[in-house]
Amino acid sequence: MSVVNEWAFIGVFMAIAWIFPSLPLVISWLTRPRKANAIKMQTYECGVETVGDTWVQFKVQYYIYGLVFLVFDVELIFLFPWALAYNQLNFFAFGAGLLFIFLLADALIYAWKKNALEWA
Amino acid sequence: MQNACVDVLETLAPCLTTGGLDPGIAQFISILIGVALVALFPLVLVILLIWLERKIAARVQDRLGPNRVGPFGLFQNLADAVKLIIKEDITPAGADRLIFNLAPIIAVVSTTLIWAAIPFSPIHIGADLGIGLLYIVGVSSIGTLSVMMAGWASNNKYALLGSFRVVAQLVSYEIPLVLALLVPVLMTGSMGMQDIVRAQQGMWFIIPGLVSAVIFYISNLAETGRAPFDMIEAESELVAGYNIEYSGMKFGLFMANEFMHAFTANLLFSVIFLGGWAGPLSTQIPFLGFIWLMVKTFIVYIPSLILRATIPRVRIDQMMAFNWKFLVPVAIVNVIVVAFLLQIVKAIGWMPDPGNTDFLAHVPEAIILLAGNVALIAGVVTMLRNSGRRERLAEAAPAANDEHAIVAVH
Amino acid sequence: MLELNVQTIAFLIFAICSLGGALGVVTSRNLIHGALFLIVSLFGGAGFFVLLSAPFIAVVQVLVYIGAIAILIIFAVMLTRSMTGMRELFNRQWWLSAIVGVLLFLLLTIAVIMPVWGVNGSKSNQPVSDQVATTQDLGMALVDGNQYVLPFEVASLLLTGAMIGAIVIARDTED
Repeated sequence: MSVVNEWAFIGVFMAIAWIFPSLPLVISWLTRPRKANAIKMQTYECGVETVGDTWVQFKVQYYIYGLVFLVFDVELIFLFPWALAYNQLNFFAFGAGLLFIFLLADALIYAWKKNALEWA
Repeated sequence: MQNACVDVLETLAPCLTTGGLDPGIAQFISILIGVALVALFPLVLVILLIWLERKIAARVQDRLGPNRVGPFGLFQNLADAVKLIIKEDITPAGADRLIFNLAPIIAVVSTTLIWAAIPFSPIHIGADLGIGLLYIVGVSSIGTLSVMMAGWASNNKYALLGSFRVVAQLVSYEIPLVLALLVPVLMTGSMGMQDIVRAQQGMWFIIPGLVSAVIFYISNLAETGRAPFDMIEAESELVAGYNIEYSGMKFGLFMANEFMHAFTANLLFSVIFLGGWAGPLSTQIPFLGFIWLMVKTFIVYIPSLILRATIPRVRIDQMMAFNWKFLVPVAIVNVIVVAFLLQIVKAIGWMPDPGNTDFLAHVPEAIILLAGNVALIAGVVTMLRNSGRRERLAEAAPAANDEHAIVAVH
Repeated sequence: MLELNVQTIAFLIFAICSLGGALGVVTSRNLIHGALFLIVSLFGGAGFFVLLSAPFIAVVQVLVYIGAIAILIIFAVMLTRSMTGMRELFNRQWWLSAIVGVLLFLLLTIAVIMPVWGVNGSKSNQPVSDQVATTQDLGMALVDGNQYVLPFEVASLLLTGAMIGAIVIARDTED
């Protein structure tokens, strides 16, 4: 029951905590001047007219970083229960964890050697 | 039962119950008040933090900083907040209004949600989750989403590009952050924040876990966008990045979120590595634990302010190379080394029992782990020095050949 | 009977999040809005895990799904050109997919849900087991030679393979 109690705190927090940053926004909405004109509403491009559409074909490097992050994130998820139970386990547990980490370090070395981690 | 009402800070729910309220509702009210306190405290603290930052940056640059509004310029930020509130809010044409307005709120909420799981004293904690540490990491990954939302909703090429870079940086530095957090979990055997602080009553984790503390601190600097990793707010490039189209209080919320996040990261550092509320007399007087926590956090926070005023900015490709080619391998090897040494300490029999708060009982274990960490640092420094030497020799060799060529021409 | 306590209300809220989010994903005309609805739906899923006394899996859901996969999906959506103003939500075989959907629902109910919960839901009040496993039990099971150590290692092989494959595909346009 106490587990639900703690998560109830988090639940109430999520339901209420967004009110506090919204208060300045509401006050601002009530008190600010409203003098909109077309020039102010234009998107900013160093003071000149925008050229082209707003979508941008960005480099695939961003996606690769996200991918490598995803693989390592899942690895960390597996490592957390291992670290949690570590103090009660024997040496075999260290070996199992070591093998797990080695295989993933292997993947990192592959990515490094194939220049997948370069920014260019 | 009358004594239950003496210390309202500790026993609000029983106090209300003796006043005649239903226990369930009393619990709910105490949760509500707790939520309000925990959510408001960082927002109010931000004003002090911004003042501190401006003063310290000013002193480093040999000038005075704000000193007109209020004593020592303390009310300067209140004035700034009022200015931001009454500024006109310009939403660009074609922006996605709902997401545009939601992004700063989600950013601030994701930072204040972290405060819900932090132990302020031996008995005061918002929610002592069994998986508190992982919860904190998960919640801070929601902040990354708000950056993407802000960048996309602005309907602006440069905001989008800026937000991609920011997300790439935030996402990359989360790996060494979480890898460094594995070490306290290894040493404690639990992910709950109160358990981690209680386990440090013998010996603060910064000594047996020196390398992880350093990696955690550096990754926090990068995650919160502080110098030298502040490409996020590089004013001279991409104009303000994903913040370009934000004006008025929404921009103010993003700024407040940045300072709050930096303070929260240092708060986490002092909870996980510097012992949190553990200090002299903190178990007898709980409120003293809170004071100790704040003192430790400020001791760790002020160097990051001085760093900001001192060190030049790191380029984005240097930042990524530093993370993936240095921090992540070092963090991985660190986890392996600490796990190995813990097994050895357990085999020798020097591992103190959990719950042992005696400093001397923890010393043998701490010495072995510290020796392992120092050996790791020495190994890393040696490798860096050798690779640096190799690079310098490679550069010097063609230059020497050029000299010969010039001599030959003569 | 349905009692109105905290768990029921929480379940309702999470159910609305999951189903509403899923509905939003398939019906929104803007792909980015669809991705954000997906995030709402995943939050609902994380809430279910909390109600099932598996807080570790709930946080894993937030950390991995929302913190990594949703961001990758948003990246991928922004790589494609026309992400706003999709013309049609349904193509011409919607009646066939509706039939398949209903059949799938009946299949799942009869083959999976009814044997576990009883024909009228009569067995649904019994707990699945009398012990609540903690994350520490999960950790010990992951490296226990008799339990899950082999899937643990195979999972790391799978992750390595995934990363290598993704790098090969993504870098294909270079050299």
